[in-house]
Amino acid sequence: MSGASRKTFPGRPPGAGQSAGRGPPWMSLGTPAEKSMSFWPSARRLLRRLRPQRLRMACVVALSVASVAFSVAGPILIGRATNIIFSGVIGKQLAPGTTKRQAVAAERAAGRIHLAEMFARMHLVPGAGIDFKALAITLLEVLALYLASATFLWAQGYLLNDVVQAVVRRLRSEVEEKIHRLPLRYFDHQPRGELLSRVTNDIGNLSQSLQQSLSQLLTALLTLVGVVSMMIVISPLLALIALVTIPLALLLTRLIAHRSQRHFVAQWKHTGDLNAKIEEAFTGHELVKVFGRQPEVARDFDAKNDELFTASFAAQFISSLIMPAVMFVGSLNYVLVAVIGGLRVATGGMTLGAVQAFIQYSRSFNRPLTQVASMAGTMQSGVASAERVFDLLDEHEQTSEPEAPARPVALQGRVEFQHVSFRYEADKPLIEDLSLTAEPGHTVAIVGPTGAGKTTLVNLILRFYELDGGRITLDGVDIATMRRDDLRSRIGMVLQDAWLFHGTIRDNIRYGRPDATDEEILEAARATFVDRFVRSLPDGYDTVIDEDSGNVSAGQRQLITIARAFLTRPALLILDEATSSVDTRTEALVQHAMAALRSNRTSFVIAHRLSTIRDADLILVMRDGRIVEQGAHGALLQRQGAYYDLYSAQFGGAEAEDEDEQRLADGGSPLQSAAGA
Amino acid sequence: MLIRVLRTYLRPYGRWLTAVVALQLFGTIASLYLPNLNADIIDYGIVRGDTAYIVGTGGWMLLMTLGQIACSVAAAYYGARASMSFGRDLRAVLFRRVMSFSGREVAQFGTPSLITRGTNDVQQVQMLVAVSSSVMIAAPIMGIGAIIMAVREDPGLSWLLGVSVPILAAVVGVVAWRMMPQFRHMQSFTDVVNRILREQIGGMRVVRSFVREPQETRRFEQANADLTGTALRAGRLMALLVPAVVLILNGSSAAVLWFGAVRINAGQTQIGDLTAFLVYLTQILMSVMMATFMLMMIPRAAVSADRIGAVLGTEPSVVPPPEPVKSVGTRGQVEFRGVTLRYPGAADPVLHDISFSVSAGQTLAIIGSTGAGKTTLVSLIPRLFDATKGSVLVDGVDVRALDPDLLWTRIGFVPQRSYLFSGSVASNLRYGNPHATEEELWRALEVAQARDFVAAMPGGLDAPISQGGTNVSGGQRQRLAIARALVRKPEIYLFDESFSALDLATDARLRAALRPVTRHAAVIIVAQRVSTIQEADRIAVLEGGTFVGFGRHHELLRSCPTYAEIAASQLSAQEVA
Repeated sequence: MSGASRKTFPGRPPGAGQSAGRGPPWMSLGTPAEKSMSFWPSARRLLRRLRPQRLRMACVVALSVASVAFSVAGPILIGRATNIIFSGVIGKQLAPGTTKRQAVAAERAAGRIHLAEMFARMHLVPGAGIDFKALAITLLEVLALYLASATFLWAQGYLLNDVVQAVVRRLRSEVEEKIHRLPLRYFDHQPRGELLSRVTNDIGNLSQSLQQSLSQLLTALLTLVGVVSMMIVISPLLALIALVTIPLALLLTRLIAHRSQRHFVAQWKHTGDLNAKIEEAFTGHELVKVFGRQPEVARDFDAKNDELFTASFAAQFISSLIMPAVMFVGSLNYVLVAVIGGLRVATGGMTLGAVQAFIQYSRSFNRPLTQVASMAGTMQSGVASAERVFDLLDEHEQTSEPEAPARPVALQGRVEFQHVSFRYEADKPLIEDLSLTAEPGHTVAIVGPTGAGKTTLVNLILRFYELDGGRITLDGVDIATMRRDDLRSRIGMVLQDAWLFHGTIRDNIRYGRPDATDEEILEAARATFVDRFVRSLPDGYDTVIDEDSGNVSAGQRQLITIARAFLTRPALLILDEATSSVDTRTEALVQHAMAALRSNRTSFVIAHRLSTIRDADLILVMRDGRIVEQGAHGALLQRQGAYYDLYSAQFGGAEAEDEDEQRLADGGSPLQSAAGA
Repeated sequence: MLIRVLRTYLRPYGRWLTAVVALQLFGTIASLYLPNLNADIIDYGIVRGDTAYIVGTGGWMLLMTLGQIACSVAAAYYGARASMSFGRDLRAVLFRRVMSFSGREVAQFGTPSLITRGTNDVQQVQMLVAVSSSVMIAAPIMGIGAIIMAVREDPGLSWLLGVSVPILAAVVGVVAWRMMPQFRHMQSFTDVVNRILREQIGGMRVVRSFVREPQETRRFEQANADLTGTALRAGRLMALLVPAVVLILNGSSAAVLWFGAVRINAGQTQIGDLTAFLVYLTQILMSVMMATFMLMMIPRAAVSADRIGAVLGTEPSVVPPPEPVKSVGTRGQVEFRGVTLRYPGAADPVLHDISFSVSAGQTLAIIGSTGAGKTTLVSLIPRLFDATKGSVLVDGVDVRALDPDLLWTRIGFVPQRSYLFSGSVASNLRYGNPHATEEELWRALEVAQARDFVAAMPGGLDAPISQGGTNVSGGQRQRLAIARALVRKPEIYLFDESFSALDLATDARLRAALRPVTRHAAVIIVAQRVSTIQEADRIAVLEGGTFVGFGRHHELLRSCPTYAEIAASQLSAQEVA
């Protein structure tokens, strides 16, 4: 339907395709003209993606032309074979020894004018039967022709498959690359399963749609062109009459397609939503169970599943109306031709042969038209998916890298925050006017209640988020003027959430430094006590772990991430609750390794166990996005301020706890009411 | 497997599919009948100059056309309805089956693969049904009809059909058969693509901080290349199918002409019969082409059906009892009797001969080194796993005999990884107790030391929470997870390292606030910090899957060297003494 409408409307103004999707006002049916309802912009964008493949596409078109031409020529040769047989049959009935001229004359004399004319046109050898030699040659020609046609068709399909797969592969890569360029904020609001659906379900659907429809579309369109040109050659008038059905078919197609398009869009959107539901439920499936939420989760799933059903049913049903509609136009044309032609012949206005030819052609003309119509749904579905992929590719990316990126020359590791302010949500200030300095080689500990902004501070150093005000410098260079990867490659980080990828323990440790030798890995593993538990695993360092697997405990996962950072030996080290899940004895042992790692490196350490940061050069006490106290351990204790409170809460024992809590709970503590509850 | 899946899940829609068959049968007959009427117009109308006959038959033709369209529309309606209902049902069954799995079965398939199966694979089978219901019936009707007509026309030439049809079937069969493994690879590579992307999104911060984007892209490229490679191979095979079928059929028509000529020459048949035979052959070709298009979808759908069937055929290792105990007398009691757990295939048990009992109002703390089996022990209580030997009793009843819902309503579980679901703070808090009032939510938040930050969030209880809880800090997430368990008001609390992300002051406040709330409940706390657990009624020291110490803080300091070591690593000397 798509190609037909573009090719058969040469008079259409350029750019009309842009508005084609919205359609004339009478098609709007009260639904707002959403961007997502348009077919053409995404379809054209999809076609543009074929451009790098234009050479192969040209071959595909050439092969299609050849294949269609050969398959159209086939019947002509078959007709010739039939004639040979027919001549043989006639020739056998004639007396041997006579000539063709005599036979024609005999028929004419007998008054059988028609037969005489037919004989005259035929290759007749009276008395001889079927010329099997000639027949064999013709049939071999037929076979050769069909073989060539099939070969061309196969080559066309083969090349087209290559083209489609190349386009689809590129698209998948672009999405993957896009994910690395999207700001972290994007993922805070986007369910993971929905994103995954765009790659697995949408690109998969696109691939299948293109593969199924492109080849058929091409052959059908070419056949259409072939038939039309043949009709024009035979009778321009007949061609004109037959062509009248095209606008009608197109109009019907567009009317229907316009309505089904938004259902296709909805179908793939709901597929994404359902995928998100499934992903989330499967990821947290133990919680769902223990909290007895299975009925609710199932109900939730069913609701989404029903939405998907409704949309896909509507899309499937409405789009499958296109074919009957086009067939109806074809049949209508056929009936009208039969009736009007019949009446004209009866009144002597037309010969029977002309009407029969007319009918023949309008039938062979309808076939490719119906074929194109039958592809409409598949194409619409594919374009709806393509649009979802394009939407993702169009998402705003993180700020682009500076044109001339700055690079600190000799890295000393001096980090400075100058009047930094930052907020995740526009109306909720988090960090306001924060300044601090970390001297080269110093260990800066950040302590404070949960939610004070400690992790945010670390996120800002790594430029996971951009500042709203102020600047952060590394050895005097504003980090915003550096390339992100240049900045980050100087920083080693161990996070609260121990993330490991699907792979062996060895590969996970090697993650930050792919060129590390096995010896170096072993050394890092020994220093971080990974080696101890890995040796008890049946597959040792080749044990395969992944994001969700339960074959290593949370503490062990954390140790692996420490080993990973250990191996990279970065200039700047960030430890965000690096050992929160590790048992304290192991932690005490790991501390030695950590201390060695921190020496001569500027390090930021977030820890709740204050014992681990006692010897930090600078301790920052944060609360509500502000630094309320800073200094060394001893000095801070003497001051008897916020740090002292935290410290005594930890080391003051149970008796001191209640007093400490009173001090800590600055005014609006919920403790009293909670205790009374 | 494909047939079994289709038979099972299409059964409820049998009536609709029958309607589709009937309607298409009628529609096909109507479309085959049209040329006959046209011939009538020529033979009787035009030849006799009967204008009334022409118009009458024309009207009849129009009516047939309309009837044919009505049939197509109705068939499309029921076909779409049946196929999409089938897909919906299959997704629902699959989802419920996976949700009934224990962690072991989920790990066996891998979450990314289960997700692919839940949408992508179902989509493949559903598409086969959808296309079949529009083509499957018309094609065989036309094909068989044409074969019958051809045989009737000239039985002497029909042996040719006996040659070409099996060749056709063999070619299609071989190509489809060779496509199967490609599609199998294709679906598992889709799993890999899914997995890598899922990991990349989940580990975004790590990937970016280690500047591993290029390597990640390379890793993805490998998977992408693999997926593209199989798709290419499958597509190339597919590209072979249509030309091969067309060639065989066109070759057959050449053969028909040759052998027909021989028969005509021998006077065994008429030339008119030969041409008619050729016309029917063309019709067979058309229907085979239509069927081939559908046949191309079968291998992929069959592979997907296998993958779906594998999930549906996997029995959860933790199954609800056939005759569950639905009521219990005592409340808030957990007992382990000689519990041993061994993972299948593992040499050493994770837990070995564990026995203890916690009653309502008591707190049992479990401490031990990383990988000692603490989490595993706790997860036996809500039956995330079942013990290999011995039994776990809740309120005096073996958990394997208890009604799962009854068991779970008794438990407030705070897992080690505090996973939150996308939604709002309130929807997460109400997770285990949908009817909790706002007041109850605030009270739980108060106890969990989360009231202040929730109150400060825009929207308060209605503040959005993103999937996994990534938009709140680790400590906030942990406190929300604790509040979520509190809202349930359970009789048994399981805290698996639930305080690790909290600063010590918050930890202390939280535990103090918790004490009155859990006064009548059994509490099991897994923790690393001695300060978190030193007031527990009993402390169990878990080491290598067995208890090496069991008692109160002060007793253990004296009697259990492991505990003393742990304590020493955390508390100052005077504290330990």
